Amino acid sequence: MSKRTDSNGYTMIFAVIMVLVVGSLLAFLASSLKPTIQENERIEKQQNILYAMGVNENDGSNANFVSTKVAGAEFTKYVKEQLVLVVEGDKVVQQQNRAEYMAANNNREPYLIDVKKQQTNAKEGKVRKLPLFIGEKDGKMFYVAPIRGKGLWDAIWGYISLDENMVVQGAYFDHKGETPGLGANIKQRYFMDDFIGEHLISESGKFKGVTVAKGNNDPKNEDKTDYEVDAIAGATITGDGVSAMIKKDLALYMPYFKNLKK
Amino acid sequence: MGLLSKKDSILLTDPLADNNPITIQVLGICSALAITAELKASIVMSISVLFVLGLGNVVISLMRNIIPSKIRIIVQLIVVATLVIIVDLVLKAFAYELSKTLSVFVGLIITNCIIMGRFEAFALANGPWRSFLDGIGNAVGYGVILIAVGFFRELLGSGTLLGFKVLGDPIEKTGLYALGYENNGFMLLSPMALIVVGIIIWIQRSRNTALIEEN
Repeated sequence: MSKRTDSNGYTMIFAVIMVLVVGSLLAFLASSLKPTIQENERIEKQQNILYAMGVNENDGSNANFVSTKVAGAEFTKYVKEQLVLVVEGDKVVQQQNRAEYMAANNNREPYLIDVKKQQTNAKEGKVRKLPLFIGEKDGKMFYVAPIRGKGLWDAIWGYISLDENMVVQGAYFDHKGETPGLGANIKQRYFMDDFIGEHLISESGKFKGVTVAKGNNDPKNEDKTDYEVDAIAGATITGDGVSAMIKKDLALYMPYFKNLKK
Repeated sequence: MGLLSKKDSILLTDPLADNNPITIQVLGICSALAITAELKASIVMSISVLFVLGLGNVVISLMRNIIPSKIRIIVQLIVVATLVIIVDLVLKAFAYELSKTLSVFVGLIITNCIIMGRFEAFALANGPWRSFLDGIGNAVGYGVILIAVGFFRELLGSGTLLGFKVLGDPIEKTGLYALGYENNGFMLLSPMALIVVGIIIWIQRSRNTALIEEN
């Protein structure tokens, strides 16, 4: 004897009701939590930038951000200026300060610029907006730039802080879904700290970047002018992704730093 | 036992050893290979599965008499996907740091065979309380193996546990490394997870020969 729940009509009605109930529930939850999630993402961007310029709560060998409660105040305290370089091809056609950018973009802060969207704009031949955060800590200037690229499974991104000579002062890397224990280790302090002191520009003044190198002869990374840091074993593609995004994205800032030295 | 009858307590304890979802039912192997390179990831994944399987089993059990049999697998999939999305959204809003740690694991829960297996084999035929106990039991059984595999892989592969350097510093050559010990990079690769799970299965069956299948 077939049950009532086996009929085609019942199955159709059940499917429709289930989709409506689940869809409404998820839509309601997503829209009501959206402001809180966006606020968390905003604070995280501030923490990332501060981390790259050495404002963090690192202890032992662990990487820790400043707490979410003080991130806003610390950001205002340390980040003195937010610049937006408008780039066409590889030429900077315009430079906006924070006030100019916010006036033209519904009062949106430059640190909220979507780097992925700007990379797409560049691919489509449109202008690209490059944010640059200028901070000051203990009387020293830090120039922090965002970078974004591809790892093994998904996106990887980060912030690199530089001095006037494009020597790395700090780095922060993050990822969407790299393998735990392997590629995900780009977020570990020992890997990020390796970049500090590395030079990006060769002696002849050409942009070289930093390569995440396998089997190099400098595992303690004592030579800071070899343009190399030690790779993570078993994470070749994620490491290559880090090298590529540093080379590709930071080279765009060269004209700004050349002007700075004039 | 005061709270649980003998039958109920078997639901909780059986999946821990003699009916373990990984070592006996050979389910959930994919996630056991994918995320056990670190102990922390193993623990986080175990807790997430505990929540989704416990609650999912109750939801499926409550709906068991009204689910059309023709589309029951799709309904089960919708329930687990909905729970996973809810967990993800709530974590992103109220425990942002934890949600970042979970990242890829949350999505992986949807593909976990144990969840669909328990929905199909148990929750569709039993009441909510027993289904809840079955879900918790199986999730803990899964977690125990995951944590054991994560422990050995992180310890032997990276020389750390939960990120702490327990064997010394491999670069500064302190602790065991001073005696010539080297981390085994193979332990960090997925095939070694399969071998570790295989060793656990071997030990379990050699201790309890009743678990060995007849040819």
